Amino acid sequence: MKHATSNSNSTDEERRGLLKWTAILLGGLASAAAGIPIVGFLFGPLRKRDDQWTTAGKVDEFPVGKTRLVDLQNPLHSLGDGDAGKIAIYVRRADEATFQIFAINCTHLGCPVNWLADAGLFMCPCHGGVYYEDGSHASGPPPRGLYQYEHRLEKGDLLVKLGHLPTLQQPG
Amino acid sequence: MNTIKQVWDWLEHRLELRDSLWPVMRHPVPAALAKPVGWWYVFGSMTLTFLMLQIVTGICLAMVYQPTAADAYASLEYLNYEAPFGWLMRGIHYWSATGMVVMLFVHMSQVFLMGAYKYPRELTWMVGVGLLLMTLGLAFSGQVLRYDGDSYWGVSVAVAAAGRVPWIGPSIVHFILGGEYIGSETLSRFFTLHVFILPGILFALLAVHLYLVVKRGISEPPTPGEPVDKATYHQQYEKLLEKGIPFFPHALYRDGVACAIGVLVVVALAVIVGPKGPGEIPDPTLIHAEPRPDWYFLPVFAMAALSPPSMEAFLMLGLPVIGVFALLAVPFVAGTGERSARRRPVAVLVVLVSFVTFMILGWYGATSPWSPEMQAWSNAPVPQNIVAELSPVELQGAIVFQNKCCRNCHALEGSGGHRGPDLTDVGIRMNPDAMVRQVVQGGGNMPAYAQQMNSAEVAALVAFLVKMRPEGFAPAAVPSASVEPLATAQVAP
Repeated sequence: MKHATSNSNSTDEERRGLLKWTAILLGGLASAAAGIPIVGFLFGPLRKRDDQWTTAGKVDEFPVGKTRLVDLQNPLHSLGDGDAGKIAIYVRRADEATFQIFAINCTHLGCPVNWLADAGLFMCPCHGGVYYEDGSHASGPPPRGLYQYEHRLEKGDLLVKLGHLPTLQQPG
Repeated sequence: MNTIKQVWDWLEHRLELRDSLWPVMRHPVPAALAKPVGWWYVFGSMTLTFLMLQIVTGICLAMVYQPTAADAYASLEYLNYEAPFGWLMRGIHYWSATGMVVMLFVHMSQVFLMGAYKYPRELTWMVGVGLLLMTLGLAFSGQVLRYDGDSYWGVSVAVAAAGRVPWIGPSIVHFILGGEYIGSETLSRFFTLHVFILPGILFALLAVHLYLVVKRGISEPPTPGEPVDKATYHQQYEKLLEKGIPFFPHALYRDGVACAIGVLVVVALAVIVGPKGPGEIPDPTLIHAEPRPDWYFLPVFAMAALSPPSMEAFLMLGLPVIGVFALLAVPFVAGTGERSARRRPVAVLVVLVSFVTFMILGWYGATSPWSPEMQAWSNAPVPQNIVAELSPVELQGAIVFQNKCCRNCHALEGSGGHRGPDLTDVGIRMNPDAMVRQVVQGGGNMPAYAQQMNSAEVAALVAFLVKMRPEGFAPAAVPSASVEPLATAQVAP
């Protein structure tokens, strides 16, 4: 659009410049207003929750020298988890006062290790990792022994601190 | 008739398809495609057809599927047994996914071997690599959505590998799982990935891919001795197209026949074999699961077992990245020159070696001889002909052999685990002292049994192993003696 007035060109350019900067500024603001919450939402799960102490059972339930599989409710479980909200651990009572709590996850790639009581070994069905009864590495590809959870005895109960899926950089 | 024409004219006046779509349909392709060689050009269309089948069946499945950890398994069973044609939708979705992956690799190999990725079609190839990644991503996330034991432990294996990334490993694990453990958030994430994110990216890449196929034209069948030269290619191709045939109907009919056969095969497989799974309930407390990935990931599964510990992190995390960059680099490394496979021995060798490697690794993954066979001792008793002639001590040894789960890793007469050697004829290879040492101390990737067996059990076990030595073979004098029958030691029966 052209105006007859002499100064029309400069006003027009000024208006265009203003419009351009307003568009860029407002656009940036709008992108941030919508984008920050979206990114925040997507990365929200990076906020970590700590493992929690949970009761694995009475101390008397664990015979000395035996390793038992114990099924528990994951203390971090939430609505809609179904069976996935459960967690299994191996409890080994080496002697009267010594317990070892192992994660069922192989330290190689996380498959469920099986306790074979007769052989006294944990065996992994995925890539053939094998561990001794004290959780140390026996053979196969695992880079370390079984993950162990923190535990304590309190008023005849065995308490275990667990919740997260153990991995190499975040063991029990 | 007049009404139809009126409606058509009304639409045409608004859509102007005669000016836009029709020329695209009629764009010229090399005349050679009208010859039998044209059958080599159908694989891309077949991949696309399977993708369309995936979209339609996927939408149907999404109407019933419940993407929550609590309900997913039940909704799969509902689809299998209750929803009308639900089992067929699941079956077609699974077999069409298989078909899509197969045809994608066939298409890719054909494009590579015929040098169709060369100038000026480099970008078509690179976008195709993106499509490959999206397809594999969809295959994996789809396997997770089939929420059963394999799916649960599949995620577990994937995050265990991702957790090995230096420094940010734990954060990646957290991000993938959407929390601290595999739960409701995890499945929702994979659902979103499978139905929104990956298909979205795939469609965008596909649009570019098809645009480039039309714009840059379909490559002519290669002739040995006619290399691609950037300076002259365009001119030659233009000249070729002057005698070209229109894409529709000639080339499209061939595509149509191949795609129809593909769809019929997929639907037939879905009807005859049915859908895959769901298998065991996805419950982390059911530890007797023996997870196996879907066939397309069996080579990766095998590689994780067979790679030496020092190379493991590299093979798990580095190799896939290098592989993708290598694929992307292909048109830049060999973007001009000979196109015919007859003049490109290296290219042919690369394809052959890749396929053979994948097949061997896949076969290993399917049979997994490295894994202990958990139920070997209960499923396969010691063969009767072995037990029949045993002394009491040797019999005791046979029992020790079963009870200590030796069978999980060692076979007797072929049955049992294959992680260690078959022990039927171990007496030829090892003398009793060496056997005792092997059992007690372990070694050679065998656990030490010092804590698990007393000396009487070890003695009985070794007596049993020695006794099994087949007739006509001398007992081993020194540890690891060579396996050679001694003619002089032959005993008359």
